[in-house]
Order: sequence, then structure tokens, then C-alpha cells
Amino acid sequence: MSDTLYAENILEHYRHPQHKHTLTDATVTHEEINASCGDKITLQLIIEEGKVADVGWEGTGCAISQASMSLLSDELMGKTEGELEQMRPSAIHDLLGIDVGLQRIKCALLSLHALKNALRTRHGKEPQTWKETLEA
Amino acid sequence: MYISAILSIEMALNLATIRRQFPILEEKVGNRPLIYLDNAATAQKPLAVLDAMRHFYLHDNANPHRGMHILAERATAALEDARASVTSFLHARHPREIVFTKNATEGINIVANGLGKKWTKGDAVVVSVLEHHSNVVPWLQLKEARGIDVEWIDVDEEGKLDLSSLDRLLKKGNVRLVSVTALSNVFGIRPPLEEIIRRAHAAGALVLVDAAQSVAHGPTDVAALNCDFLVFSGHKLYGPTGIGVLYGKESLLATLPPLLGGGMMIQQVTEQSFVPADVPARFEGGTPPVAEAVGLHAAIDWLLQFDWKDIADHERALLGLAQEELTAVPGLTILGPKDVAHRAGTICFTVDGIHPHDLTHLLGERGICLRAGHHCAQPLHARFSLPATTRLSVALYNTPDEIRSVAPAIRDVLQLLKAEN
Repeated sequence: MSDTLYAENILEHYRHPQHKHTLTDATVTHEEINASCGDKITLQLIIEEGKVADVGWEGTGCAISQASMSLLSDELMGKTEGELEQMRPSAIHDLLGIDVGLQRIKCALLSLHALKNALRTRHGKEPQTWKETLEA
Repeated sequence: MYISAILSIEMALNLATIRRQFPILEEKVGNRPLIYLDNAATAQKPLAVLDAMRHFYLHDNANPHRGMHILAERATAALEDARASVTSFLHARHPREIVFTKNATEGINIVANGLGKKWTKGDAVVVSVLEHHSNVVPWLQLKEARGIDVEWIDVDEEGKLDLSSLDRLLKKGNVRLVSVTALSNVFGIRPPLEEIIRRAHAAGALVLVDAAQSVAHGPTDVAALNCDFLVFSGHKLYGPTGIGVLYGKESLLATLPPLLGGGMMIQQVTEQSFVPADVPARFEGGTPPVAEAVGLHAAIDWLLQFDWKDIADHERALLGLAQEELTAVPGLTILGPKDVAHRAGTICFTVDGIHPHDLTHLLGERGICLRAGHHCAQPLHARFSLPATTRLSVALYNTPDEIRSVAPAIRDVLQLLKAEN
């Protein structure tokens, strides 16, 4: 466990975010914000035959929220919707490789929150609350 | 007190002596010294305060105003001595004008609840864009409950109040209260209170002063100001958390109903009715924070051993140095007054391309404690389209070397976060 929140892999993804671009033919586009910080992420997915064929996102905010989205976007490629629905906060913690602590947990999980609600939006369901994302 | 005797023969503000009163300043973060520059959020507490509270619990603790035994007598005396100390600290006329609260927020809520009961649709409260949420939300609650209007005095880029907008609002004739900060917790600017109070009174409006930020940086004189209400929190004045003060002119306090019902705040209770106590007891429902009052008393005594001018000169020098050093950081923009003579307590800034939470987190890992966010002043941040800012705020124990460590650490963090093209 690193003694800094800003471990090299996180800084690397913050400086060079993966999949950070706009898709023109997205299956679903969904925006989420972390109101307490002003972090914002718009996630786009192209889903073909039940699998993620491409990912794109745009966002602004702190290094933790942006690096988390970058790391997650790599992970999403090729996954089935069923697999994504199973994804829990622990998956994000594993990707980040650090203990983000209570104060920054919503920064870290904004990416997952955007993913969950992108999938729900696609299926015409009500978005889930932050409580549901955090406690899953 | 022997401590003040020793200090008074030393130089004006001997920082080494002052800092010895704050063991927390010796804390380390890793192997780096802790540098505490988040004093606008809360100040650290001198040993004099901790010792006084410990002494109270060791020797005098009881429930005040509720027993005839020796400890109840001591606790009652300790509470009322603290009230007397606050009375003279604020230059109030009488201890009956001093209500002990939990904090400044509760003080404002007591006034809002009390005055609001008599207000109806069409009445208005005027606040400034500089206000902390504690001086915004209680009035918005009245807007919801009573249908009153909440009107705003605008400020310019430096945080200077547009008094012509106050005049325009006062001219409408429906303003019942002007509620304004004595020192902005974001811009570090002091609104011209005397002028605001004069104009408000001329228009038949009362004035509440939120002195939460100003109280540790200069003298507070409610008699000279002629404000109707004034609030502050003990913990920003080197005292403990859990105690604050509401000052109110006695004739006005006497017209306000209590906020909290319970013990201590009544004259008489029957099965179907109650008669509230006189001021200030009617606003102090429940067992009061006596040890905290003792701590506040000690904080006031401790602070008043220094000359306000020495404190102001020292803190202005720190802010001037900070302003100079920070201005030289690329992409850094300082908010509020450009001339440090118009500033007290606080410097807020933004840095291009860096989220304040990243900046303050990484500075925190380097031992430097600043604050990031909207500082409970969202209307002000919205007014200038600022998502969040970073704040450096000083106290009398801070040193020039501490200030000098900040800008290099910010450059260091910028280097770490910036993408290499």
C-alpha cells in the first residue's frame, strides 16, 4: 500500500488519460457529477452483441476522479454487460491500488457511478443513488 | 497572570514564546514539520486554554445555576466570569447582552428564529455576496417558512461591497435586517461596517454582524459599531469548539422568543404553558458548555495580553509575504484585495489546471495544511464562476519561514501533476 494517494500509476493516468475522447456513434452517453468537489464525467459506451466494443469519456476534476475513469475505461473493453453489472467498488480500489480514505471515496467511485448509471440509462431504468454505488 | 507579566516585558510578539504555548505546532508529518495555515477554519489552542479547562474539570465541575453546593457555586461563578470577560472583550454594556451559544451559526439562528416569527411576506433581509452559508441559510429558511425576501449586496472583483446596491434595497422600505460579515472568509476583505450600519439604521433596519472571521484579527467594539446583534465562535479565537457568543442589544434580545426549549431557559412551567426566563438565560436551554466557557475566557485573557496592533502588523506582514510569493507561481491567481492593507486573515487562490483538492492533498502530504473547496460560500464562488478555491489563513503563531515554504511546495506539486507534453 502506497503512503501517498498520488501513486505513480494514478499520476500516469491523470497525465495521460486513456480513452478520453468523444465517440460519435455511442450506444449510450451518460453524465455524472460529484457535487461536493465539482468533478464531472461524461461516459460513452458502444455496446455490440452485449459486449463493450468501445469506450470514450470526457471529464474535469481532481486527479483521483480522472485517473479512476482512465483506469476503468481500459478495464471495460470487451466486458459483457452482465460482467459490468457485477462490478463493485472493490474493483476500483484494486485498479487504483491505494486506500483512498473517506474524504476522497466519491472522487474514486465517480467512474463506477457513471458506468452503473450509463447501463441503467441504456435499459430505461432510473439511475441508482450514490448510496447504492458506495454500498454495493 | 504570571505568563502575561513575562510576555509583556519581552518584544512585541515573541514568536518562539508564543509557539511554545501550542504543542500541536511541533507535530511532524513524516519527517517534515507541520505547517498549519488553516486558521480561518479553526485556530489551534494555547496551553492556557487547555489548562483552564482541565483545572475546571479537576476542581470546579458541576451543573451551574442548579445546586446550592460548593461545586455548583464554583461552576456558576466560572460561567458568569466568562460572560463578564466576553462583555468587556466586545465592549458590550452589560453581561445580559451576552448569550452563550454552540457557535456563531447558532447565534444567527436564534436571531433569525426570533425576528422571523414577526416577519411576513414582503419583509426583506439583506445579506452580502461575501457571506458564509451560516449567514445565508437561516434567512433562506425564513424565506421558505415565512415568505420573506432575501436580497443581496453585490461585490466587485476585489470583494468590495457595492453600497449603492444596499441603498437601492433600503429605499424599498421593507428591509427589516441587514446581516453582514465583518471579514470575508474567502476574500479576506472587511466590509465598511460603520457605513452599512449607519445607512441601515437610517432606513429603519436592524444590523447583525457575523464576526466569526474578524474576531481573532482585531478589536471588536459593539458599542462603537452600534450594531444590533453580533456573533462569533470561540474556536476561531484560540478557544475550544462547542461555544460561541451572540451579542444583542438588551432591549432587542428581550423581544425575541427562545430557539431551544428546555431546562434553564424558563421562569415557570405548568402542564400546559411556560414562561421563558429573562435574557440571556432564555436562549440557553439545557446544561450550558461551562468548561468551554472557561476555555473561551482563558483564550480571551491569553489573546488580550498582546497588543492588537502587534497582531495586525505581524499577520499583515505574513499575508504580504504570502501574496508576494504566491503571485510568482505560474498560473496562480489570488482572489480579493490586491493591496494587502485591505486584507486580514486569509488569502484564497486558484491555480490553472489543478483541482484544489489535489493541490491541498499533496501539500498536506508535505505537512502544509491549507483548505480547499467552496469554504461554505457557494454564492460567492458562483458569483465569480469559481468551482473551488484554495485558502491560506494565518494566525499570530505563524512565522515568515512557514509562509516561505508554501510557494516552493506548490511548484513541486504542479510539477508532479502537470502532464509532460
